Amino acid sequence: MLRQTFEREMQRLQDELLILGSMVEQAIADAVDALKKRDLEQSRQLIANDRLINEKRFQIEAEVLTLIATQQPIAGDLRVLASTLEIAAELERMGDYAKGIANISLMLGEEPLIKPLIDIPRMAAKAREMLHRALDAFIRRDIEAASAIPAEDDEVDNLYNQVYRELITLIMANPRNIDQANHLLWVAHNLERTADRVTNICERTIFTVTGQMSEIGKEQSGYRLG
Amino acid sequence: MIRLKLETPSLTLNHPVPHDISTISEDTCALETRNLNVYYGNFRAIRDISLKLPKRRITAFIGPSGCGKSTLLRTFNRMNDLIPGVRVEGEVIFGGYNIYTPGVDAVEVRRRIGMVFQKPNPFPKSIYENIAWGARINGYRGNMDELVEQTLRQAALWEEVKDKLHQSGLSLSGGQQQRLCIARAIAIKPEIILMDEPASALDPISTLKIEELMRQLAENYTIVVVTHNMQQAARISDYTAFLMMDEDRAGYLVEFGATAQIFTNPREKATEDYITGRFG
Repeated sequence: MLRQTFEREMQRLQDELLILGSMVEQAIADAVDALKKRDLEQSRQLIANDRLINEKRFQIEAEVLTLIATQQPIAGDLRVLASTLEIAAELERMGDYAKGIANISLMLGEEPLIKPLIDIPRMAAKAREMLHRALDAFIRRDIEAASAIPAEDDEVDNLYNQVYRELITLIMANPRNIDQANHLLWVAHNLERTADRVTNICERTIFTVTGQMSEIGKEQSGYRLG
Repeated sequence: MIRLKLETPSLTLNHPVPHDISTISEDTCALETRNLNVYYGNFRAIRDISLKLPKRRITAFIGPSGCGKSTLLRTFNRMNDLIPGVRVEGEVIFGGYNIYTPGVDAVEVRRRIGMVFQKPNPFPKSIYENIAWGARINGYRGNMDELVEQTLRQAALWEEVKDKLHQSGLSLSGGQQQRLCIARAIAIKPEIILMDEPASALDPISTLKIEELMRQLAENYTIVVVTHNMQQAARISDYTAFLMMDEDRAGYLVEFGATAQIFTNPREKATEDYITGRFG
């Protein structure tokens, strides 16, 4: 078998990307969970752990660059490595969103919530689940799944709009809610952005398989490699 | 007669070799040069090279033509002894001694530090005999058929030759001949294998086969390879040494480090210029 060593390295890199993915999934779940339970210690822990996500991303980046510099990857291998760089960066930003939620949780401190959190945990669960399947589609090079997942973003957007309306109503009812409502809106916004970034991962899967670079769901012309 | 120390294999299996070569210890060093200078008559070909070769790893020597890579490689098993007018100053430490100390047996050095050349040079004998001969004259008394099979398997050649072991080694393709030469080298169980441009006479697919084989062999042997092919050095080696010529045309060591570091972030500008093709 030719280039077994290189194949092994590529496989290992893919495993590392999945590890980063699961760290981020966990961070999203924990951030919202800590906010809901008002567990400040857990929020603090999450903020500290974001460092591990960043380090994992840098590690993946360094390994991709080393493989490019030493192994001269071309064609499909090159596309996988380029996508791995992009996806690692997307995941790291999602980790930052989770950290942002943990920060908000600390800002709210011991203050009781102005409303029970129902839709925000739903948004988190949906975004997380989309992320999980998007990474799975990347690993399996499944462009059918990758093309279908972004449509589910509508569900997250609808939940976001619902949260938005609800919070505006609370603000209008009592201006003393403004501060917390704003913070909670940020939480929802972070989750909405997380789901958007899942779409970017799906686009990278399509690029990896076909060489086509375009935004899913938009009719504008993209760019095709080669 | 000086008896060189034997390797202690238990220390070396799968040990992690540090990324930072300055921390290579006695246990993880296969061979060391100290202030090595090599002269051809009055001409100095190698200037003051000190380096430690990590055990059971692949070290590549790269650099422009004439910078002394092959000369340096040949000092590691005293192959230069055979060239008239060559003088070596400094030390090459192997098995606890400077191998240039009077009383060290050059034949033992060459048995424990094998060599594979650019052009495949099998003996004009059968494939079987190419392996068996060296083992026999080195006093091997075990089952020769087993040794031949095991060695050819290690050299990733067995499947291709098992039905024609008694045909001439010269009947094989170039890539197969080179793997036969590697098999011949490992049949006598050396500790270090020196390879001087082992794939430069081969087509790309045969080259990749040799490269993959080298990676497999590095689990059990220390390999040092001289190559003009920088991409090859990048692909296969764990450590890279970059050599250059000074104004007097003596080769000196510019930079030695982990291959990943040399090819992503060389410390020396000269290294960067050479590997990016800006000079040389």
